[in-house]
Amino acid sequence: MTPHAEHHGHDAHHGHADDGHAHGTLGSYMIGFVLSVILTVIPFWLVMDGTILDKNMTAIAIMALAAVQVVVHMIFFLHMNGRAEGGWTMLSLIFTIIVVVIMLAGSLWVMYHLNTNMMPMHDPSQLP
Amino acid sequence: MTMTTTLTAERSRAQQAPVFHVADEHAHPEGSSTMLGFWIYLMSDCLIFAVLFATYGVLGGNYAAGPAPKDLFDLPLVALNTAMLLFSSITYGFAMLAMEKGRVSQTQLWLAVTGLFGAAFLAIELYEFAHFIHLGATPQRSAFLSSFFTLVGTHGLHVTFGLVWLVTLMVQVNKRGLIPANRRRLMCLSLFWHFLDVIWIGVFTFVYLMGMLR
Amino acid sequence: MPTAMIDTSTVATHPLFGRLTLESFPYHEPIVVATFVAVVLGGIALVAALSYFRLWGYLWKEWFTTVDHKRIGIMYMVLGLIMLLRGFADAIMMRLQQAIAFGGSEGYLNAHHYDQIFTAHGVIMIFFVAMPFVTGLMNYVVPLQIGARDVSFPFLNNFSFWMTVGGAVLIMVSLFVGEFARTGWLAYPPLSNIAYSPETGVDYYIWALQIAGVGTTLSGINLICTIVKMRAPGMTMMKMPVFTWTSLCTNVLIVASFPILTATLVLLSLDRYVGTNFFTNDLGGSPMMYVNLIWIWGHPEVYILILPVFGIFSEVTSTFSGKKLFGYTSMVYATVVITILSYLVWLHHFFTMGSGASVNSFFGITTMIISIPTGAKIFNWLFTMYRGRIRYELPMMWTVAFMLTFVIGGMTGVLLAVPPADFVLHNSLFLIAHFHNVIIGGVLFGLFAGIYYWWPKAFGFRLEPFWGKVSFWCWVIGFYFAFMPLYVLGLMGVTRRLRVFEDPSLQIWFQIAAFGAVLIAAGIGAFLVQIAVSVWKRRELVDRTGDPWDGRTLEWATSSPPPDYNFAFTPMIHDNDAWWDMKKRGYKRPLGGFRAIHMPSNSGTGVILAGISVVLGFALVWYIWWLAAVSFVALLAAAIHHTFNYHRDFHIPADVVVRTENERTRLLSGQV
Repeated sequence: MTPHAEHHGHDAHHGHADDGHAHGTLGSYMIGFVLSVILTVIPFWLVMDGTILDKNMTAIAIMALAAVQVVVHMIFFLHMNGRAEGGWTMLSLIFTIIVVVIMLAGSLWVMYHLNTNMMPMHDPSQLP
Repeated sequence: MTMTTTLTAERSRAQQAPVFHVADEHAHPEGSSTMLGFWIYLMSDCLIFAVLFATYGVLGGNYAAGPAPKDLFDLPLVALNTAMLLFSSITYGFAMLAMEKGRVSQTQLWLAVTGLFGAAFLAIELYEFAHFIHLGATPQRSAFLSSFFTLVGTHGLHVTFGLVWLVTLMVQVNKRGLIPANRRRLMCLSLFWHFLDVIWIGVFTFVYLMGMLR
Repeated sequence: MPTAMIDTSTVATHPLFGRLTLESFPYHEPIVVATFVAVVLGGIALVAALSYFRLWGYLWKEWFTTVDHKRIGIMYMVLGLIMLLRGFADAIMMRLQQAIAFGGSEGYLNAHHYDQIFTAHGVIMIFFVAMPFVTGLMNYVVPLQIGARDVSFPFLNNFSFWMTVGGAVLIMVSLFVGEFARTGWLAYPPLSNIAYSPETGVDYYIWALQIAGVGTTLSGINLICTIVKMRAPGMTMMKMPVFTWTSLCTNVLIVASFPILTATLVLLSLDRYVGTNFFTNDLGGSPMMYVNLIWIWGHPEVYILILPVFGIFSEVTSTFSGKKLFGYTSMVYATVVITILSYLVWLHHFFTMGSGASVNSFFGITTMIISIPTGAKIFNWLFTMYRGRIRYELPMMWTVAFMLTFVIGGMTGVLLAVPPADFVLHNSLFLIAHFHNVIIGGVLFGLFAGIYYWWPKAFGFRLEPFWGKVSFWCWVIGFYFAFMPLYVLGLMGVTRRLRVFEDPSLQIWFQIAAFGAVLIAAGIGAFLVQIAVSVWKRRELVDRTGDPWDGRTLEWATSSPPPDYNFAFTPMIHDNDAWWDMKKRGYKRPLGGFRAIHMPSNSGTGVILAGISVVLGFALVWYIWWLAAVSFVALLAAAIHHTFNYHRDFHIPADVVVRTENERTRLLSGQV
C-alpha cells in the first residue's frame, strides 16, 4: 500500500514452495489457548465480582485485556507475522485497523456531538 | 522466478544485453494467491463488524424505557458460550496440526469436535435469544436491542456458515483426502474460524461485560 | 408512533405472489408503457437476430462463461454503456421537466414519477455506469500492464461481473414491475423507512445494491491480489505503471468501504423487513446514524471513481507528450495519501446536521487538505506536458478538457468544504453543479480518454477520429451549458430535486441547462455513431503493431487484441516505462522456444449464481417468501456444488502458441 513496501514486491515471486505462511506447533497452540483462557477469565471475574476495581478502572482493564487477547489470537491462532505474503497480510491488517478506528471513534464523536447539540433539553441547566 | 531464470538473468547481465522475458518459466502454482485473497476478504468482513460495533456504540444506550443490559445479560451463560468458542478454536488448531502431518482420520476427528463445539455455541446463543424474546426484549423493542441482536446475531450467522463450510470440507476431505486444494481450503476455514473468535472477544467485552458496567 | 411499528407482517401478502398484484405493473403511466414497448420490441429484435445468426452458443461459450480478464473487462464496458443510456434518459427527462415547469405549468412528469427518476439517475450513474466502466478498464488493463496472464481468481472475476449485471437487471425490472425508490440516491431514513416508503421502491434499491455490491467487493479483492502477487519479475512496487498504482489504491478503497455500505443497507433492510429501530424516529433509533454510516462509505466511493482515471490521465499525458511522467514518486505518494485521507472527510456531506463547530472545523480542514495531493497531480501532468512533443489525439484532448474542467470543480469543492459557506449552499443546485463538475469533468472525461486510448488494444483497430471529435466537442460544450447555469441557480438559492418553480426569472437558466443536456445527448449519439463507423471501417483503421500510440507501458508490448494468454513469455521489467525501455534498448521479440501455457477454464457457475441472486432479490422485494427461501437454498447449493469441481484449468498447447505467435510475426513484418 505504501511505497515502502517496494522491497517486498519481489518477494511475491519467490518462495512458492512455502507460501510464507507460518504454521503453528502443538506448543504454540497450547500457549495461545492458556493465555486466552487467562485473558478471558480475568475480565469476567472483574465484572462478575464487581468489587475489585471501580467501574471506570474495570472498564479500562477489560478493554486493555481484550486488546491483549486479540493480539494473542492473532499471533498464536492466526499466525500473523510481518513476513507472511511479503508483509502484505500485516499491511492490510494495519490499514484495516486504521479504518476501523477512524470509523468507530469518528462515529462516536460525530454522533455524541450531534446528540448534545440537537437535544439540549437533556441538560437540566438549559431548561427554561 | 526460478533458479534457472536468475542464472540466465545474471549471465546476460554480464554480457551487457538486458533480458526482457523469462525463457524458462514455471506457471504460478495454483492457489498461490488464495491465502492473501482470503485474508483480504476477512479484512472486509471485519469492516462489516466495525459498522455493527459502531452502531451498537452509538445506539446501545438507547433503551427506550425498555430492558437494559443489566436486566437481561446472564454472565455465567456468556462465559460458558465463550468457553465453547475457545475450545472450538484449540480443537481446530489440533485439526490443522493433524493435517500438516497428513493424518486424514485424525484431522476429520478434530474437525468434527470443532463442529460440535461450534454447534453448542450456537445452541446456547439461540437459547439466550429465545429467552430474551420470551421476556419481551425483542429486536423491535429498542435501538439497544436492535443493535444487540444484529451484532451478536451476525456473529452467530458467521458461525453458522462456518459450520456449513466445515461439513462441506469434511465431505471433500473424505472424498479426496488431504490434497493441496483441500489443505488450502482447510487453512482458509482456519483463518475464518479464528477470526470469528477475535470478533467474539470484542462482543463479550464491549457488549456483555461493558453492558453490565453501564 | 404507531406508524413506525408497521412491519411486513401487517402488509397484505398473497401466499404465492407476495404483494405482487396486477396493480404493481405501471400500465397507467404512458411514458413507462411506451418505454416498455420499445424495450420489448428491441429485445425481441435482439433475440431474433442472435438466434438467426446462431450466436447464442458463441456468446455463452466465448463470453458469458469466460474467465478471461480481457473479455470480462469488455463486458463491463458494454454494461456501463447500456446503463449510461438509461441513466442519461433519466437526466434529460429531468432537464426537460425543469425547463418547462414554470408559471403554473406542472411540466409533464408527476411527482411520483419525477422522484423515481432523480433517484434512479443517481443510483444508475454511480453504481451501474461509473463503477462498471472503472472496473472494466482496470480489469482489462491491469493484468496486461503488470505482465500477467490473468487475474488471481479468474472464476471469481466472472462471478463478480455477473453479480454487477444482476444488480443492474433488478433496477431495470423496477422500471416495469412496481416502482423504484423516491428517496434520492442514498435513501436517507426516515423517508426510506417502511413508515414513509411502504412501497417496493426502496427494496429494489437495497437488493440491487447488495447484489451488485457483492460483485464489486469480490472484484476489489481479486484485483488487489492480482497486483500484489502476479507482477512480472523485476516490477517492484515503485516500477509499477501509475494506472496500476491508482488501481491498487482504488481496490483497497473498494474492499475497505463497500462492506460499510453492505452493513448499513442491512440495517436499513432490517428496519424495513423486521421492524427493528436503527434509523426510525422512535424507540431510540437515529436516522442521523444512517447518514453518518452511509457517508463513511460514500466519500471513499468518490475516490474509487476518480483515482483510476487519475491513472488514465497519467498514462495518456506521458504517452502523448512523449515523455516520462513528471514526478512519478510524488504521484504515487499523492495517490496513497488520498487513499487514507478519503476516510477522514465524510462529515462534509452533512455539515448542516448539527454536530457543531469543533466537529465541522475538523472535517472542513481535512477536506481542504485533500486538495493538496490532488493539486500536486495536476501540476505533475502540466510539467509532463511542458516541453513535450504533444500529439492532440482524442485521449489527449479529453485529458486537457479534464484538466481545465476538473480544476473548476475542485475549486467549488474547496469552497463547499468551508462549513459556513456550506450552510448557505448545502442541498442547493450549486452542490449538484459541483459534483457533476468533478464526476463528468473528472471521471467521465477520464473514462473517455481511457476508452479511446485502449480501444485499439482491445479490438485491433482505432476509433475513427472525426466522429470522436464531434462527440468530444458536444460533450465538453454541452457540459458547460448544462452545469454552469446550475452554479448560478445554486448561488441564488435554488435547492435540488425540485419539480416545479414559482419564480419565472429562473426559467432561462434551466432552459440553458436543458440545451446543454441536448448537446450532451448529441455527444453520446456521436460516440455511438463513431463506434459504428469505426467497426465499419475497421480495415482502414487497423493497427497491426499492437502499439499504435508509441506507448510506454507493458500492455503495448503484445498484439492488439492480445492473445488469450497475453504474453507468450512472461516479461522481465527493468524500468517504470517497461515497454519504452524495451524499445529503446533494442528488444527483440522471441520467435521460438514457445511452451504450453497454463490457463484457467471457463465456467457457467457465475451466471447461474447471479441469476439465482436476482430471483432471490426479486422475491424479497415482493415478499414472495417461498421463492426467497427456495432461491436462497438453491444459491447455497449451487455455490457448494461449485466447490466440488477441482478441475478448473487447462493448458494451451505449445503448437497453438506457436501458431498464434507466428501469425503475429507475419503481421509485424507486414506480409498481409
